[in-house]
Amino acid sequence: MTDPAQNAIDRRELISFRIGDQEFCVDIMSVREIRGWTVATPLPRTPDFVRGVINLRGAVLPIIDLSARLGLGATEPEARHVIIVCRIGAQMVGLLVDAVSDILTVTDDLIQPTPDVGCDQVRTFVKGIMAIDGRMISLISLDRVLPALDLEAA
Amino acid sequence: MDPLAAIRDTFFQECEEQLAELESGLLAIEEGDHDPERINAVFRAVHSIKGGAGAFGLEALVRFAHVFETALDEMRSGGLAPEDFVLKEMLRAADLLADHVAAARGGPPVDEARSALLAEELAALTGAEVPGEDDEGADFDIPFEVVGFDGPGLLDLPDLPDLGGGGLPDLPDLGGEIPDISALLQSADPIDAGGPRTFVIRLKPTRALYSHGNETALLLRELRRLGETRVSMDASALPLIDALDPSQGYAVWTVELTTSEDLDAVREVFEFVDGHCELDIRPAGAPPAAVLAEAPPAAAPPVFEPAPSERVMSEQVMSEPEAEIDVAALILQAQAAVKDLLGEPDAQAPAPEPAASAPVVPLAPAPTAPAAQAAPPTVTAAPAATIRVDLERVDRLIDLVGELVINQAVLAQRAAESGLARHNDVAMGLDDLEQLTREIQDSVMAIRAQPVKSVFQRMPRLVREVAAAVGKDVRLVTEGENTEVDKTVIERLSDPITHMIRNAIDHGLESPEKRVAAGKPAEGQVKLAAFHRSGRIVIEVSDDGGGINRPRVRDIAASKGLIDPNVPLTDEEIDNLIFLPGFSTASTVSDISGRGVGMDVVKRSINALGGRISISSAPGKGSVFTMSLPLTLAVLDGMVVSAAGQTLIAPLSNIIETLQPKPHEVKPIGPAAWLMSIRDSFVPLIDVGMALGYRTEPVDPANCVALLVEEGATRAALLVDTIQGQRQVVIKSLEANYRHVPGIAAATILGDGRVALILDVDAIVSRRAADYTPAHIAA
Amino acid sequence: MSKTILTVDDSRTMRDMLAMALNDAGFQVVQAVDGEDGLAVLDAHSADVDVIITDINMPKLDGFGFIEGVRKDSRHRATPILVLTTESDSSKKDRARQAGATGWIVKPFNPVKLIDAIRRVAA
Repeated sequence: MTDPAQNAIDRRELISFRIGDQEFCVDIMSVREIRGWTVATPLPRTPDFVRGVINLRGAVLPIIDLSARLGLGATEPEARHVIIVCRIGAQMVGLLVDAVSDILTVTDDLIQPTPDVGCDQVRTFVKGIMAIDGRMISLISLDRVLPALDLEAA
Repeated sequence: MDPLAAIRDTFFQECEEQLAELESGLLAIEEGDHDPERINAVFRAVHSIKGGAGAFGLEALVRFAHVFETALDEMRSGGLAPEDFVLKEMLRAADLLADHVAAARGGPPVDEARSALLAEELAALTGAEVPGEDDEGADFDIPFEVVGFDGPGLLDLPDLPDLGGGGLPDLPDLGGEIPDISALLQSADPIDAGGPRTFVIRLKPTRALYSHGNETALLLRELRRLGETRVSMDASALPLIDALDPSQGYAVWTVELTTSEDLDAVREVFEFVDGHCELDIRPAGAPPAAVLAEAPPAAAPPVFEPAPSERVMSEQVMSEPEAEIDVAALILQAQAAVKDLLGEPDAQAPAPEPAASAPVVPLAPAPTAPAAQAAPPTVTAAPAATIRVDLERVDRLIDLVGELVINQAVLAQRAAESGLARHNDVAMGLDDLEQLTREIQDSVMAIRAQPVKSVFQRMPRLVREVAAAVGKDVRLVTEGENTEVDKTVIERLSDPITHMIRNAIDHGLESPEKRVAAGKPAEGQVKLAAFHRSGRIVIEVSDDGGGINRPRVRDIAASKGLIDPNVPLTDEEIDNLIFLPGFSTASTVSDISGRGVGMDVVKRSINALGGRISISSAPGKGSVFTMSLPLTLAVLDGMVVSAAGQTLIAPLSNIIETLQPKPHEVKPIGPAAWLMSIRDSFVPLIDVGMALGYRTEPVDPANCVALLVEEGATRAALLVDTIQGQRQVVIKSLEANYRHVPGIAAATILGDGRVALILDVDAIVSRRAADYTPAHIAA
Repeated sequence: MSKTILTVDDSRTMRDMLAMALNDAGFQVVQAVDGEDGLAVLDAHSADVDVIITDINMPKLDGFGFIEGVRKDSRHRATPILVLTTESDSSKKDRARQAGATGWIVKPFNPVKLIDAIRRVAA
């Protein structure tokens, strides 16, 4: 939690969100906006965690079902679901999640390394975990979220 | 933006233009155009680059440009003949100059060895010396001392006018011989270095001083900036006003200047008027002219340069107190008179100021304090038919117009949905709106349209380099470089054209020996042409080489498993095998064309632009690559269709006609493919919904619509569920935020705000028909 | 009332640099792109132009031709003309003077020297 005495550089702000009964977060610096679910136009022959594309004020935004991506099962999107619009590298991507919970300010020392549970998705996507208020929140690494090129159908 | 940074940008832009001029000029001279103006233009191009480079302190560039400029100067003055080997040298130098410019701009460093070698070769052409790094040659010395005139002395001796009346002492008749002033000054006290000293300056302007735009008042003002002055004027020679020739100088001015500056500083004041006046500057106390004796010339003391024609003045004049008239008033009146008589409409004739105390020489009537004010706008009065506009603004405008197109489509759709009758005023108004929107869009697109020249211009150098690297003799011919295309497309043309040219030189053209043996000229030709056709831009790269080696290509494709060796293929189909992915890794790839870029990558990048590429070849004669691209990447005329519940756009330019398949027109062939018979020929029938993986169960073609499309030489019938209409759509990139999706060219936003995908017809058509087949129909 | 200076140079870079230095010093600037254009512009703005600065090497009509042309115009027989020259070659300077130039400035120019030179020839 916030420690006023700490050097500001060590602190980051994170947005936490829920998928199923697990909690995750991403660095707020990557987040551009949060919007409700709108129906996406499916893209042909893409991995099933790529739900399609939507219109974000004139630009075409891909939507990644984060639950599917993390191996937690595909989401059946409903109006209550949320899209977190993130900037990953030079691209804008929408992450489909169940709900957004909080904005947290943490210091780096709060982030523990991810224990090895023998799972590929965890290894790939979870950068670290935090214990906050009795909750466990996993920090997501956004760089890997988009499908790797070799997954494309030829 | 820091204004100097903006000018630096301008400089580099200008360098690009000058380099282009330089190259095309040299090429023209090489072709035989020895028109002096042509050679002059080429000289100016390098001269210009050197000048600007000097202003920005780009030393290496300046040094190389200087040697190049010297050689070009020789050529334009006739000292160096424009022979073939000279021009070739200069073309190489032009390439290297471009490298220097690129390096100065922050690009890759120049090949030093090559630069030094070329510089020496250029210098050898003219017999000049290559400036070394430490040379502080006057041409590119960065400190900006205004270079004084070279010339022996301060005074020219013009004809002395007959001054008539008194005031000036009688001068001894020198009979043309003027004694060396230095002799007279031998007894002068040496000037001490420190401390103020007094000079006596005598100035008599001649006609030339005024006719060159100089003014006595300004000279006097300059002197006053150096220190304290006492000015007197001998107006005795001034005739009455009606006899006054305003362009003539009559007055003789004497100034006693007390200054801590040295003689050089005083001399500098008169730098511009050298030769246009009689001028004498000496330290106060120098002996008067009366001491003219036939003294032998002696070594000049440090103070004065010995000038044989120095006019000596009488001491009398120097100290005449009665000559202290109202100098200020006189100046102004004289000025006014001169201006008036020269016909200046705004002649200023201010009231003479009361006699100011003698030492003060007032400024001319309109003193201007050049304070640092906000910069007044600069007027470029050149009759410009063009303006320079920030590209961002144009892009923004095009985006906005694109949105306008979408909005207009939305409006039209909602109007139609709300059941508005077609002849209703609102509906007609909307039609007008659509018309207007299209016109605006066309005009706005035209702003961004550029001639392909900018891309073509890079090719001669490429050809020189590739030809040199593979040891072939190649001539590049270009055509249609003024053909215009949207900026978005132009930027993407460079790579494909480069690859095709490389390929043509490396693979297409035979070696000079082989060509001669085949009865062809040793020099191979590559032709690059651009033109508009059916609303698209077509780029052709052709060569007169050996054409495609069809048996070889076929074997390679078969050995790579890309084709079934037993299936017969037409010549054209064999030629186009080189575009297959995986083909280029064959052993035909050389160092130049290879580098991991094969024709399939070229094809893919063209397709990504909505373009098409094909090849045709005649053995022994040569090959032609034909690339066709949409004129703009921003909008597309499309047919809106639906397949498997998805709304898709098919580019109108691909569609030949739409058909309603009848059961008897659909024929099975082989185990899983289908053909459609159209009049008397058969084309593959492709189920778009299945091709894109939207459905796995085929659908009955009788309930569908077929789009007869053409991709290069290939035709096919695309099966879709329904056709919803035609619309111009604004193209949105899928790659911007995601990546390339096979079968999809781009996306657009429909009237309802949803994203619709634009079909990549080529990708769909070129799949093997076996994958995408309609339902089996009961015969 | 600020002075107006006509700058004649075929290099856009040079025109921009001159404009920057001159505007900073409070002058108004009118531009032309070569000698021929310079004469046309001078004709159009004749009453306004107080000082002329011109390059030597230009297409269509070079500096020498331009200066001669200016001096033939009765309105500008005494208008100060400064030539810009990268050449310390005195023959060019002499030729410019013969054509009627008032003074010169060597390129690359120091803005201070530029203003100095203007001050020396313009009231």
